[in-house]
Amino acid sequence: MAKANMSITRNQMPTQDPRIRAHNFDEVALGYSEETAINEAMRCLNCKNMPCVDGCPVKIHIPEFISAIKEGDFEGAYQIITKSSSLPAVCGRVCPQETQCESKCVRGIKGESVGIGRLERFVADWHNTFAKDAPEKPDSNGHKVAIVGSGPSGLTCAGDLAKKGYDVTVYEALHTAGGVLVYGIPEFRLPKAIVAKEVDALNKLGVKIETNVVIGKTLTVDELFDMGFEAVFIGSGAGLPNFMGIPGESLNGVYSANEFLTRSNLMKSYLENPETPIMKGGNVAVVGGGNVAMDAARTALRLGAEKVYVIYRRSMDELPARREEVEHAEEEGIEFRLLCNPTEILGYNNPDDTKDPKNGFVKGMRCIRMELGELDAKGRRRPAPIPGSEFEIDVDTVIMSIGTSPNPLIKVTTEGLEVNSRGGIIVNEDGLTSRNAVYAGGDAVTGAATVISAMGAGKTAANAINEYLKEKKC
Amino acid sequence: MYKIIEKKILNEAVVQLQIEAPLVARKAKPGQFIILRVDEDGERIPLTVAGVNKEKGTVKIIVQIVGGTTEKLSHKQEGEYISDFVGPLGVPTHIDGIKRACIVGGGVGCAIAMPIAEKLHEMGAQVTSIIGFRSKELLILEDEFKNCSDTLKIMTDDGSYGEKGNVTAPLKEMLENGEKFDIIIAIGPLVMMKYVVLTAKPFATPVTVSMNPIMIDGTGMCGGCRLSLNVNGEKVTKFACVDGPDFNGYEVDFDEAISRGKMYSTFEKHAHEATCSLFKKEVE
Repeated sequence: MAKANMSITRNQMPTQDPRIRAHNFDEVALGYSEETAINEAMRCLNCKNMPCVDGCPVKIHIPEFISAIKEGDFEGAYQIITKSSSLPAVCGRVCPQETQCESKCVRGIKGESVGIGRLERFVADWHNTFAKDAPEKPDSNGHKVAIVGSGPSGLTCAGDLAKKGYDVTVYEALHTAGGVLVYGIPEFRLPKAIVAKEVDALNKLGVKIETNVVIGKTLTVDELFDMGFEAVFIGSGAGLPNFMGIPGESLNGVYSANEFLTRSNLMKSYLENPETPIMKGGNVAVVGGGNVAMDAARTALRLGAEKVYVIYRRSMDELPARREEVEHAEEEGIEFRLLCNPTEILGYNNPDDTKDPKNGFVKGMRCIRMELGELDAKGRRRPAPIPGSEFEIDVDTVIMSIGTSPNPLIKVTTEGLEVNSRGGIIVNEDGLTSRNAVYAGGDAVTGAATVISAMGAGKTAANAINEYLKEKKC
Repeated sequence: MYKIIEKKILNEAVVQLQIEAPLVARKAKPGQFIILRVDEDGERIPLTVAGVNKEKGTVKIIVQIVGGTTEKLSHKQEGEYISDFVGPLGVPTHIDGIKRACIVGGGVGCAIAMPIAEKLHEMGAQVTSIIGFRSKELLILEDEFKNCSDTLKIMTDDGSYGEKGNVTAPLKEMLENGEKFDIIIAIGPLVMMKYVVLTAKPFATPVTVSMNPIMIDGTGMCGGCRLSLNVNGEKVTKFACVDGPDFNGYEVDFDEAISRGKMYSTFEKHAHEATCSLFKKEVE
């Protein structure tokens, strides 16, 4: 085998030019070529103690798949990844690798870590483009499991159980499978065709997906057991969007990030003549600093906004979004207004003409400057307003991206299902809820978190469900 | 895909459809709603359930043609399919223990009010119905209301049928004459519901209103359907899809809801015109 590549920097990810991509919804990152992938793989030292695997919520055999890449065996690399992950093309794109696997990489001590996420993406895309063999549908073991929600936790749980021979049905409330992967994460970061392929791969494993079924309404968890399901996994995702409770949040032009992104992504408002309307153009303020805020800001820009501001009450050091997303946003021209917080959204009101079509719409936002004070319980410096520092900005659209609280529909219709004070479903280390044979994971448990942590939870629950039903069988 | 089992044109702007959706039919109760999409890439629109047939597994919806999507839906024929139909969503109307109810329906809102009136009648409650329309041509469901109401008042804006005037006129008269209702259930345009609340206020009669704001998912995810309530002097944000669609009429901030309802009115008008001209072209 060729010698290790000791370059201290990783191979750059080719991307669309920021000036061009700011006006289209095509994917920003273009992916490694075969040559670049092999070159990057050569940077892996194949450490015996595999620290990177420890950093992965689903424990992908990272050095092993990278070794396969070194040998040009891309399909082999893919097969190694799919032993642990049901959605490699998704994870290769949206996982925060820099705080997970890559943060543990030995090469990161003196230079940049191996581009593990980029390699994962390369392998998954290679498979999706070139692999011909359909995955083999395992023999059925005759046991039925129901999954609630087709987001990352549900799809992972479904895939793992289907591979073990379970008869799995996934219930999805919306008209398309994928959950946050289709309604939340924009096309330019995760093309919908990729999600559709991953879902299709699950279909080939025998997983049935029933769209337009709201568990808690159309059917209840108890009815699922009556229908012959022996275990249920709840991965219903994050719920109701939070608002700040400041004046003006009911004005026309104020969206939750969920609504704004759902209109653009799921309902395709970004198309030229969309059936679902969305406010386009003008100046847009996105309040919040997470990945969802970055997605909303960059979507607004692509929809034709003149200026897009990200308003965040702490400084860049505390901003929770992935670095890469922040860098991409900055390159595209998003303006970060840090250490500031909105105090009021200002509306247009023409007292001389009650029929003025602009009445009731946003015209600006009042903000106050913040400074960082003492440490809070989580060890983050608490932001406090600076008295008398208020200022106004002209905006036409405001997007609130300050988190969500779990959906109440399942809790209120499932007797004996316990939730915590924030509404998250309470589970043990196996993902088991307070109800026998009912498991849960993902945002429905934790509140808004990452795709990969939801997948990790889906995987844990799939193992636990398998153990539970195996014992039940005997 | 969901099959259209029956289609009936109620008037020039309102159609009634029976859609095959057994899971929804099995569960739906008066006051709940569904969300549908006519075709791939179509808009999701909420519509309140106007009745169900559990044996046949069908759900009745009554649709007013206002925008592109409803125009498209109105051109679908019996035996054709729509791509999505999900529900029942929202909380059913609370009618337990009601002995005397006044049902106030305005325009296509009567379609939602009717199953509630029927259910109350079935329960043995005394039902007074006041239904209002712009004119005789737009009148719907007269026979259905006759069958389930002890007293029925029909009002038209132009006096072309029933009595001339707003629904609040007979309501006010009844209340002034000492009629007592356990509840007034008002369903119709926001302005109508606002004035029903103002009419009932001096008599301290409880009023339930059914809100129909803009929404996308209908399951408590997007937050587009939020509205403000004034609960004991405090402003509270609620979501019509999971907390409603029924609310205590005295608490609803109608002016805000009216303003929010106009967010996409220009878009809707254009979409409607575009769809109309598309269908016209097909005919030509």
